[in-house]
Amino acid sequence: MSTLLIIKIVIILVVFGITLLIAMYSTYLERKVAAVMQDRIGPDRAGPWGLLQPLADAGKMFFKEDFIPKQSEKWLFIFGPGIAMFTACMTGAIIPWGGTVTMFGETFNLQIADIDIGILYIMGFVSIGVYGIMIGGWASNNKYSLYGAVRASSQMISYELAMGLAILAVVMTTGSLSLKDIVEAQKGGQWNVFYQPLAFLLFIVCAFAECNRAPFDMAECETELIGGYHTEYSSMKLGFFLFAEYINMFISSAVISVLFFGGYNFPFMYDLGLSANAITFIGVGVFFAKIIFFIFFFMWVRWTLPRFRYDQLMHLGWKSLIPLAILNLMITGGWQIFKDSF
Amino acid sequence: MKSLTNRSLQVSNRKMTLMERIYLPAIIGGMFITFKHIFKKKATVKWPDEERSRSEVYRGRHVLKRDEKGAERCTACGLCAVACPAEAITMVSSERKKGEEALYREEKYASVYEINMLRCIFCGLCEEACPKEAIFLTKELMPANYERSNFIYGKDRLVEPTDSRVDVSKRQEPAVVMNKYNDK
Repeated sequence: MSTLLIIKIVIILVVFGITLLIAMYSTYLERKVAAVMQDRIGPDRAGPWGLLQPLADAGKMFFKEDFIPKQSEKWLFIFGPGIAMFTACMTGAIIPWGGTVTMFGETFNLQIADIDIGILYIMGFVSIGVYGIMIGGWASNNKYSLYGAVRASSQMISYELAMGLAILAVVMTTGSLSLKDIVEAQKGGQWNVFYQPLAFLLFIVCAFAECNRAPFDMAECETELIGGYHTEYSSMKLGFFLFAEYINMFISSAVISVLFFGGYNFPFMYDLGLSANAITFIGVGVFFAKIIFFIFFFMWVRWTLPRFRYDQLMHLGWKSLIPLAILNLMITGGWQIFKDSF
Repeated sequence: MKSLTNRSLQVSNRKMTLMERIYLPAIIGGMFITFKHIFKKKATVKWPDEERSRSEVYRGRHVLKRDEKGAERCTACGLCAVACPAEAITMVSSERKKGEEALYREEKYASVYEINMLRCIFCGLCEEACPKEAIFLTKELMPANYERSNFIYGKDRLVEPTDSRVDVSKRQEPAVVMNKYNDK
């Protein structure tokens, strides 16, 4: 039992470390992707190919003046980025990073906790994540921040509906809310994206909105709202908000991979004649490759599409995505009944 | 009315078709374009590691030329200062003493000659106005500085050193020189 506990603690630490590392290098990747798509080179001064740039950025963030406006609600102002960061880090707990490993006389899953309402847990924490932005924006006592916060909350609430409905279709075909079960059901190239393409499309659009990423970055909206909810923030509090966004992006990519692209499954995984441990470790690599591809995809879309106008965002959410999601749900349900009755 | 240039487009406010309203084909097209740009040649010049190539007749920081014997050509006539549209040039003239013939070509010379590089617009009119072929603009760039006062260049930084002469022959195209002398 104690070995298992130690293994779990190690997994928690590793997942936490990897989350932070990937979020850190996402900032680097973002700048590089932005640069090459605009025919530039991007950061290349700090270290080889600019690889130490995230460290330099973090150092800069730490040494900046940590300013709290006099008019703000001081404690809420501090709690805002804390909540954003906390909720962002918590969602990694139930992602199944890999299959089963047998090591040190124990057999365990590369997952911190396999809770049977996994996807609900993620939706729950994503909803709490709005509070970070909402509280941060409201406590700043600044018009632009408040606008950003209001936009963020209404946007997230609207898109959570469509997102939930899109996920429901996947849950219906799998018959389980546990992410582990959803991944296991996609064994051997039976990826959900082939069976639920519409749900995938809806989910990824909603994921963009939930992460506050372009083209739905209404909450920040530099051109209209200065910086949106983090206008008044500086130093590492701002860093936390930005960092939470990148962690959210990482987790979203992981969830997209898990729900629609088979997580750690890869085609022909049982035809290679490898041992179970080897398959698991290749699977982890494949899973991270998928995640990094989706992180790149997030950036690719960001540097391609202009920002939506706010009313267009609401039109899209309520008038297109939700009806489509309901339609998808009905088709899936109808198919399930049809399949079971024969 | 008939357009003069053939470049005007007829705009319309027609309703978008379903394909356009779905918006996805346009997004995929746009993403294809941005993806293509990843492989394009980068426009960045990594200054100061690399320098962008400049024309031989680039109008950079000024030089006050000496003649072949190493005497200053400037006679402090003030035509450059008059020609200067930005009023960047000031000077004080002095009379040449006995024994200074090797230093100054003519009896009068500029004891102080200052160009305010923050005012200068590098138009080259001073060079054009100069009757003595004394002031030229060179290919060299103006270096940055922390102090505004350091941008007022005196004779110490303007007069060309005797040991490293500045080549301005490219700015003295025969046609240009001829033109200049014909004007007089």
